[in-house]
Amino acid sequence: MDSISFLIEGFALAIQPANLVYAAIGVMIGTAVGVLPGIGPALTVALLLPVTFKLDPGGSIIMFAGIYYGGMYGGSTTAILLNTPGESASVVTALEGNKMARSGRGGPALATAAIGSFVAALIATLGLAFLAPILVKVAVKFGPWDYFGLMLIAFVTVSATFGSSPMRGLTSLAFGLWLGLMGIDQLTGQARLTFGVPELLDGVEVTTLAVGLFAIGEAFLVASRHFHKPDKPIPVKGSIWMTKEDWGRSWKPWLRGTVLGFPIGALPAGGAEIPTFLSYNIERKLSRKPEEFGQGAIEGVAGPEAANNASAAGTLVPLLTLGLPTSATAAVMLAGFQQYNIQPGPLLFTQHADLVWGLVASLFIANVMLLVLNLPLVGMWVKLLKIPLPWLYAGILVFASMGTIAANPSVVELLLLTGFGVIGFLMRRYDYPIAPAVVGLILGPLADNALRRSLQMSLGDPMILFQHPSSAIMLAIATIALIAPFIFRGLSRFQHDED
Amino acid sequence: MTSRPIHTPNRPPAVIAVVLFAIAAITYWDASQMTTRAAYGMSASAASYFVALLFAVLAAGHLVSAFKPSDVEVEVADWKAVGWIGLALCGLIGSIWLGGGFILGATLLFALTARAFGRRAFLVDLCLGAAIGVFVFLLFNKLLTLALPQGPLEKLF
Repeated sequence: MDSISFLIEGFALAIQPANLVYAAIGVMIGTAVGVLPGIGPALTVALLLPVTFKLDPGGSIIMFAGIYYGGMYGGSTTAILLNTPGESASVVTALEGNKMARSGRGGPALATAAIGSFVAALIATLGLAFLAPILVKVAVKFGPWDYFGLMLIAFVTVSATFGSSPMRGLTSLAFGLWLGLMGIDQLTGQARLTFGVPELLDGVEVTTLAVGLFAIGEAFLVASRHFHKPDKPIPVKGSIWMTKEDWGRSWKPWLRGTVLGFPIGALPAGGAEIPTFLSYNIERKLSRKPEEFGQGAIEGVAGPEAANNASAAGTLVPLLTLGLPTSATAAVMLAGFQQYNIQPGPLLFTQHADLVWGLVASLFIANVMLLVLNLPLVGMWVKLLKIPLPWLYAGILVFASMGTIAANPSVVELLLLTGFGVIGFLMRRYDYPIAPAVVGLILGPLADNALRRSLQMSLGDPMILFQHPSSAIMLAIATIALIAPFIFRGLSRFQHDED
Repeated sequence: MTSRPIHTPNRPPAVIAVVLFAIAAITYWDASQMTTRAAYGMSASAASYFVALLFAVLAAGHLVSAFKPSDVEVEVADWKAVGWIGLALCGLIGSIWLGGGFILGATLLFALTARAFGRRAFLVDLCLGAAIGVFVFLLFNKLLTLALPQGPLEKLF
């Protein structure tokens, strides 16, 4: 298999000291933000984009991936010890994990989460290494019409599955598309929606939008509801090691969680939430001790934790091979690639083969680092929760604004950032999902270009989209995905009704 | 209103509907100002017209849902805290606008945000914010060679 020889070359690149350092920094930051409630991997990568602007592209991307994986590990720690999930993918872990911690079994809960994450990420990263080249072989044959179809699917599924109603998701998407229009049109050189402001001619920076919506919006929201004081973490008592029975009850949920998480993560807008909910329900049905569910069943921690890590690797498949982000973090990572003028997609595997395989190889290394960071050193991360909230958020705001002005030192940029922050706050407050807006801004101009290039090739005949079976099928899928939630109202809600 | 109907129209969707209609109108107007046409296929204005249409449809959708009972519970917000953060961001923007530089802006941003989250030790936070500002400035300008806006304080380094 080609993958194996490429992987070996990748490892040769990944074990270079500089790349090891990037991976280590990535997993440390990732674990830290995973542990801290309210700061997720998407926000962190967005904050770091401007800072890494002048660093080595390969190293920075390795660091971003480390943050993504680390966030998935770290989220479980807060969920188990604090009952406050660090990010949405750990919501399910809190159900059983926190019960286990309350009954003095916090150690085994953390252990099964960490080892399960390790096993899942290992298998899923292997899946990525072998699946990606196959997808690339298909994707090189894609014409602009196929890309247009793919992007439509991404638009629809991202806005229909995130959030509480398809209409809210589509509104968020429309906002992103609208921002994507701003600036000079690449094909004709005309200015769109710039209102005579010269700073807008270059368009809206993805990082400004992401940092504004995620970081500043989150700070506004947390401040607005700080009547709700967070809980104190439960100290880990007793042995952190799992008993023989714990192992016996954990290994199957790990594998089942992986099998659920990887493919769903790879689907457009699959994300990490759905597989964790599915995994939890399956484990509850299959458990030999279903009465323990709700009281602290170890299967209910092992399965979902494996699922959320596997989905992180799954998300990288469409991101690297097609340039399609299927989660908020992937959307921000795509912006990270773009700031180095690297466009993920099938060409990435030929033009930047070393970068891709170095990235995949360092995911394996990051995974081992994370196991060490999260098992013996878990106490260190819990101490992070002692940082006073005011300083934490004040620090985040300073970091967020300085990144933005360092990349683009103008008052207009800061005003945009503040404006996006206020919008992000209102969106959260009224339950509008954030991710579709970011996806819309990134993919909107690409979809516009793909469609116009298709129409130029067909001399203006829109039937070109339907004459190719591949793009016709994709358009059909997108249409069904758009209409289905409105017809089957219950279907779009299933992730919320699941308990 | 003396006799309230059973469904009280909920306000947020109605307000959002108005905003969405306004954006649709602006986008439509902007697209109609674009004169260059493409030889084949779509012009640059086509995407604008599409987005304007999307906004109009969504606005209509929000208008409909404004007459249904609300399905999200909106929490009580501490608007004072939100105002403090707004002030903190204004502090930063003001400092940069008036040439006060990054460190002064960051100091104000840090201290006022900490105040928003309920801290009262304003002087301590000012000092801490200044320390972070200096550290970040040195890190960015010397180590990463990214240019942060300079004011009188930054010229000293």
